[in-house]
Formats: sequence, structure tokens, C-alpha cells
Amino acid sequence: MNSDRVLKWFLYGYLALVLVFIFAPIVFSIIFSFNSDRFPTIPLGSFTLKWYETIWQDPDVWEAARTSLIVSFSVATIATFLGFATAYTDYRYRFKLKPLYLALILLPPTIPLIIMALAMLAWFAKIGLAGKVISIIIAHSVLTAPFAMAIIRLRLSQMDASLEAAAWNLGADQWRALRRVIVPFCRPAIISSFCLTAAVSFDEFAIAWFISGLNKTIPVIILEIVTGNIDPQVNAIGSFVFLTSITLVVIAQVVLMTRDKKEKVHHG
Amino acid sequence: MSVSNHPTKTPSSDPKPVRPRQRSDLFQQALRLPIVIWQGLFFIAPLFFLVAMSFFIVRNYRMTEAFEMKNWLKMMSRDYFWDSYGLTIGLATLATLVVMTVAFPAAYTLAFRVSDTTRRWAIFLLIIPFFTSYLVRIFSWYVILAESGVINAMLGYIGLGPYVMLNTKFGTIIGYMTLTLPLVIILQTFSLANIDRRLVEAAHNLGCRPWRTIIRVVLPLAKTGFIIAAVFCFILSFGDFVSPYYLGGSKPPTLPILIVDTVKSGQQWPRAAVVAVVMMVTLFIVAFGGIAAAYRRRTA
Repeated sequence: MNSDRVLKWFLYGYLALVLVFIFAPIVFSIIFSFNSDRFPTIPLGSFTLKWYETIWQDPDVWEAARTSLIVSFSVATIATFLGFATAYTDYRYRFKLKPLYLALILLPPTIPLIIMALAMLAWFAKIGLAGKVISIIIAHSVLTAPFAMAIIRLRLSQMDASLEAAAWNLGADQWRALRRVIVPFCRPAIISSFCLTAAVSFDEFAIAWFISGLNKTIPVIILEIVTGNIDPQVNAIGSFVFLTSITLVVIAQVVLMTRDKKEKVHHG
Repeated sequence: MSVSNHPTKTPSSDPKPVRPRQRSDLFQQALRLPIVIWQGLFFIAPLFFLVAMSFFIVRNYRMTEAFEMKNWLKMMSRDYFWDSYGLTIGLATLATLVVMTVAFPAAYTLAFRVSDTTRRWAIFLLIIPFFTSYLVRIFSWYVILAESGVINAMLGYIGLGPYVMLNTKFGTIIGYMTLTLPLVIILQTFSLANIDRRLVEAAHNLGCRPWRTIIRVVLPLAKTGFIIAAVFCFILSFGDFVSPYYLGGSKPPTLPILIVDTVKSGQQWPRAAVVAVVMMVTLFIVAFGGIAAAYRRRTA
């Protein structure tokens, strides 16, 4: 009994250490973004906002932020639409080549980004879409559609199939049943998928770096600064990026969780 | 070709729902085809084009479509290519072993030793890094691991160091861990949590010691999920250019760095395509080997 307690606390301590390892770079990046030293270490220098002022005054950063926002918003819209249509198809229909069909949408995350980047670069050059914002949007949609599909498919599997059938029986055609029954039921998953795909797109740098040309996104700017030298500006931009992505992830999670709770209360 | 059918059918005694028939084909295709067209044009086509490109030639700084073995022969005959290949496989294998080992006690704790609420929170925390900038996290490690960085400063207080951690394999592995550890813990936790607890308790009741239980009962039961986690860890590490470049020092370069250098330094896309195709073939072999091992029936 006593040795079990020791083991228990050892395991808890271990888990805590692992989480520290995982969050250390995020936390340190935020601390360093307010730190005056050019090369931050312990003990910390004095508090400063100069790195934020530098990026605030940098037109390149503003331009990149604008591109990033346009890209991630468009990507989230396209990927969520594709994910929804595919999830619904998988939920409702059976057909011969279904495994192949599912592989088509689920495979992209298993291909290394650097390979996708090279393939997209060459392909977009070939079809005349090189260096355009639209090409980043297309590439990121391919990459993120699987996430949207997975989230929405999970939600559909919680649905009572007779809901849609009831709508048909009451005279709704398939489009109307889809719009008035399926979509509202999937709304939390749709919002969640929108946020998560936007977050992935907002952070993606390998493909964006290869194909963006002059339309740099925020991660591409970061990559270029990092390649140059040690510059704490990266921490300031990074903190802004962390804040954006973490906000999106938290919204996604909260939307999914609160809906679950509400339904439980409703049924119980 | 297709039959409309709900996966969760109502019992046959119930009146069958009247399924609207009109324009049902249009409806079905409108939902099914977008992804086929989209992924066909922008996922499958680029990958095929990549393979084709590895046979193109570059003349006068311009890429010309052709079918020649030149790039393949050139790359295959270079020692630096094989050095990079060996290094990349070695590092990815090492990362997989380290990450799987480091993740296990954490996943074990989450699966067996904490409440459902704690587990849910822990999983939520582990998902967050997946959606935060990997690049910024690696830059952060760069500063933390530097010779005058945070870790060496702390070690200095107790009279140790400074240790060189940047531009070493250690640095690269730390980077790979940043990328893969959260995902591997999540996958391991799920496969452990799905184990039938009664089997573990039976082993315990029959007097099997804890370590032996883990090796003879828990791990075999969680095998499929663990192999999938290992395969993902390998794929992610194998394809990452950021950690080996910024933390590992890139001497010699790994295959992904070779692709970046080749593309960014000029027009030699076909040679980069050769590297990419070799990487894909390697990953297919690893993935299929892993899947085959995961679903093989246990003998003995």
C-alpha cells in the first residue's frame, strides 16, 4: 500500500515534468518577449515592450498578418465545407470504393509537409498559380480538410438517425432536411472545425514558405527572421501567434463541451 | 453504384421512412464529389507530378519536361546523399525509441491512475501545442539550450556545465520530441485506456509482478495503438527540417534539409524531387511494415 503511494506520486511528478517540457518553450517565448536582453537568459533583464513596438511599426509584419488572416479564414471555410460534405457522405452512404474515398481525404497529414511543399510548388508553377495567395489557401485546405472531416464525423455518429428520417417523413426534401436538421445538429462541430483548421493554417510555415512568393504569411516572416540571427522580435510575434492559436483552440473546445452539457441536461 | 443506407438502421418492424427520391442523385453527388475533385486536383495530381518531375531535366537554368534517369543516377551515386539518408533514418529511429519510452509512464498514469476529469484536462493540454507554432517553440528551445542559455545558467548555479547542447544530436532529438511527444502520449493513452481492465486485474490476482504485467499483458494488448503512435512519430521526425537545421546544426544535412537547400538555392527541383520520392518510398515501407505488424495475429 505504501509503496503504491510512492509509485503514485512518482508517476504524478513524472506527468507534471512531461507537461513542463511540453509547455516550457511556449512559456519562455512569452517571458522573453518582455525581456530587454537581446540574448535572453537567467537572470532575466528588465521588463520592456520594445520588441512589440518594433513589430508594431514594421509594415512587413502588418502585411503578413493581413495575408495570414485572409488565408486562415478562407482555409477554414473551404476545409470545413469539404469536411462536412465528406463526413455526411461517409455517415449516410455506402459504396464500393469507399475505403479509397476515405483514404483520399484522410491521407494528406501522413505525407511530410516538406514533400507536400515541393509537390505543390512544382504543381502550382505548372498550372499557373505560382506565388499567389490563392495557392496557399488551396494547399492549406487540402491539409486541413481531414481534421474538419474527423471532427464533424464524430458529431454525426452521435446523432439519432431517425431525426433525419422524421424530417423526410414530414415532407422535407433532402436539401431541406440537411439544412434544417443535420447542419444545426452539427453546428458545434462545424464551429469547432472552423477554429481548428484556421489555427493549423495560421501556424503552417513549410508549404507557405515554398509557395507564397511575395505574399508572406506570419510564419514565413518568423522563419526568415530566425534564419537571419537571434532576434527577440520572434518572441513578440510568436506570443501574438500563440495567443491567436490558443484562443482558437479554446473556443473550439469550449463550444464542443458546452453543447454536450446542455444536451445532457436536456435529456436527463 | 451506391445504396442509400443509414448505418444505424431502425428495426424492420418500424414503418420505413419515406425517402425523398427526386433529384436524390444530384444531392448525393453534390456532397460526395467536391472532395474527390479537390483532392484529385490539389493532392493526388501534385504528388504524381512530383514523381514525374524527378525525371525532368534542367537546361540553361530552365526545367524541361523529359523522361531521363539523369537525376536519379546523379543523386544515387553521391556519398552525401547516402550519408544524409542514413542520418535521417538513424535520427528518426532514435527519436521514435526515445519518445515512445518517455511517453509511456505519462500515458500509463493518464490511462490508469487519474480520474476521468483529470484525463480530459490533460488531453486538452496535450492538444494545445499541436495547434501552436512549432517554429516559435523551436526558436525558444534554441535560446533555452544555448551555451549561455537558461539551462546552462541554472546548471551554473550548482557548479555544472556549461554543456554544448545546440548543434548536436541531443538538440535535434529535443526538437523532434517537441513535435511528437504530445501526439504520442495521446495515442498511447487512448490505446491503454481501451484495454480490458479485467485482464490486467487477473494477472495481478494470479500473482504477476507489476513489471511483468506491463510487459506480458498491457503492452501486447495495446500493441496496435502503440505501433500506430510509433509510425506517426517516425513519419513526423523523418520529414521535419526545422529541428535538425536549427537545433542540430545541419552537419550533415538530413533529407528534408537537402530538399530545402536544393530548392532554395536554385532551379534543381528535379533533384529535390528525387530526394522526396526516396523519402516517400521509405515512409510507405515503414508505414506498411508497421500496419502489417500491428494487425498480425499473435503466434504462440
